Amino acid sequence: MRAVLGRFKFGGRGLVVVLPYVWLMLFFVVPFLIVLKISFSDIDLAIPPYKPLWIWDGEHAPAITLNFNNYTFLFTDKLYVKALLNSLKVAFVSSMLCLLIGYPMAYGIARSRPAVRSVLLMLIVLPFWTSLLLRVYAWIGLLKANGVINNVLLHLGLIHEPLTMLYTPFAMYVGIVYSYLPFMILPLYANLEKMDWQLIEAAEDLGCRPWRAFLSITLPLSRNGVLAGSMLVFIPAVGEFVIPALLGGPNALMIGRILWDEFFSNRDWPVASAVAILMLLLLVPFMMWYQSIQAREAAASE
Amino acid sequence: MGRLRRLALPGCAAALALLISACGGHKSGGAAAVSNAKVLNLFIWADYMAPDTVDKFEHQTGIKVNVAFYDSNEDLETKLLAGSSGYDIVVPSASFFERQIKAGIYLPLDKAKLPNLSNLDPALMARTAANDPSNAHGVIYMWGTIGIGYNEKMIHALLPDAPLNSWRLVFDPAVAAKVSKCGINFLDSPAEMMRIVYSYLGKDPNSDKPEDLAAAEKVLAAVRPYIRNISTADYIEALANGDLCIAVGYNGDLLQSRDRAHDANKGIDIGYVTPREGTILWFDNLAIPKDAPHPGNAHTFINYIMTPQVAADITNFKRFANGNLASLPLLLPDVKADPGIYPTEQIMARLKVQTADSAGQARLVTRVWQKFKTGQ
Repeated sequence: MRAVLGRFKFGGRGLVVVLPYVWLMLFFVVPFLIVLKISFSDIDLAIPPYKPLWIWDGEHAPAITLNFNNYTFLFTDKLYVKALLNSLKVAFVSSMLCLLIGYPMAYGIARSRPAVRSVLLMLIVLPFWTSLLLRVYAWIGLLKANGVINNVLLHLGLIHEPLTMLYTPFAMYVGIVYSYLPFMILPLYANLEKMDWQLIEAAEDLGCRPWRAFLSITLPLSRNGVLAGSMLVFIPAVGEFVIPALLGGPNALMIGRILWDEFFSNRDWPVASAVAILMLLLLVPFMMWYQSIQAREAAASE
Repeated sequence: MGRLRRLALPGCAAALALLISACGGHKSGGAAAVSNAKVLNLFIWADYMAPDTVDKFEHQTGIKVNVAFYDSNEDLETKLLAGSSGYDIVVPSASFFERQIKAGIYLPLDKAKLPNLSNLDPALMARTAANDPSNAHGVIYMWGTIGIGYNEKMIHALLPDAPLNSWRLVFDPAVAAKVSKCGINFLDSPAEMMRIVYSYLGKDPNSDKPEDLAAAEKVLAAVRPYIRNISTADYIEALANGDLCIAVGYNGDLLQSRDRAHDANKGIDIGYVTPREGTILWFDNLAIPKDAPHPGNAHTFINYIMTPQVAADITNFKRFANGNLASLPLLLPDVKADPGIYPTEQIMARLKVQTADSAGQARLVTRVWQKFKTGQ
């Protein structure tokens, strides 16, 4: 270890390289290993509320007991698999909706004049200045039975009875799409902005119709941006807890809420940890895919 | 890149070593360093004291109070069970308190340091002894009931003879179907709601019989289509605004909703009732974690809270009933006369204390509740 560190001893470069690794160790690897450890443990009424994995009296070899029951338990009750599948569905639909709404916006920003462009980008980022929780609560005020939207529609005479929007899947999708839209727009914009628009001009010169030019030139060239944006929406949306809890109503079955129930209602930290590990394993392929897109993007821009 | 890879391995080994040393064995608990500083770390529900409660204590004793807030028992329990919280006083609710006592995380009270204990109501203390045998670890801070908050005007428009003083209002499908149009909210708390269904069915609220749970599941499934939302906090505002007309909830929250509706002056009147089939009581207890750094100051604080004037000030301001018999003459007349705060003796006889479920029972109850909520 000393030899390895010795090589980085001189100059700030070593420090710069080491820092992200230390960060990852402390805030990702160590917590992950702790959660992994708890997931192999057994529930207990004590501090902490699970049994130790190994007991070492200091003389004999430590006795390690690994308990896989928490994992097998997750497959005995259909609830967990259903919740996982539903979370994947919600995340997928949300990413598609974000893409449909975000693509035209990113395209518009990329094609606008530089002065306008920075203003538009600012408008995309501006909502982040307020807490996510506040923005989601604001949607409650908009969507509820005697909320802004219903009152306006009633006043205009378009409806005669308030629409039930809050605590429905519709409200949940509105909340998720609204909150994650910037994560779709920004990578798409970064991608589209680098595009060579002369290609489009060339296509038009050769008699290509705009829609056809978009489909055969712009869209394929922005593929990496589309994938990166979709992953950035999809991955966090799978574990989303706050938005379904506040807007989605009680029957929104999401893995994040199951996790909450395991942790707080059942106080079963081991099963809760097993759910968390399972969710992580499920997301790893998507994260690796995202990484490879990023790497390709970086290679392409060099 | 190659060099980075080589760096990662020893890093992993170091992290692993750290992990093993940090959380390998179980902490023996207890023996934390006791400090003589004139400081008290109080961890209490948000917005749960009179404005001058802490100031007066600091002034009288010279002990500086650091106050931190939580808004759920789950939040408190997680911090306490993780260990070394650093708090001197916490205020857990009954069944949580019972389980935490069993986990061995509280210091037995030194009653010689609590002369004001004689001010407390022995009848109430006898009830909380169901959670804390012989009241060894805690003192009642405030208490209340779980009942129904309702908007009579909205309900009457739908069902003129609605049984407002009965759990039938929300658990009888024929009634619930009619009043569901104006919005019913259930408390999102599996253990408490299951006990309320048991009360409605005339069973022991703390039953752990599988057949009782099955019966409760049937009742819940039959009314599920008529329940608009299941939440623990949103109903205060929604009821006061007229977005809901019925909310099953804590009396303190529902009375707050009533006051908000009254202040808004939009013609919305909210009532609160403890249904005639009976319901469960909630108790919040002052307790001292075993590893509290200032246990002496914590005892001083508990004794201070049990002063009749201090307890009365909190009740008059927050409108929660306290357990202090000697403070009753100091209460505002409208507080003392409000059956939503101090139930009549007739109702008191039908109220039960919630005891803790075993881990297995808790899992069964949560599962029934999840099925009720999501239909899965």
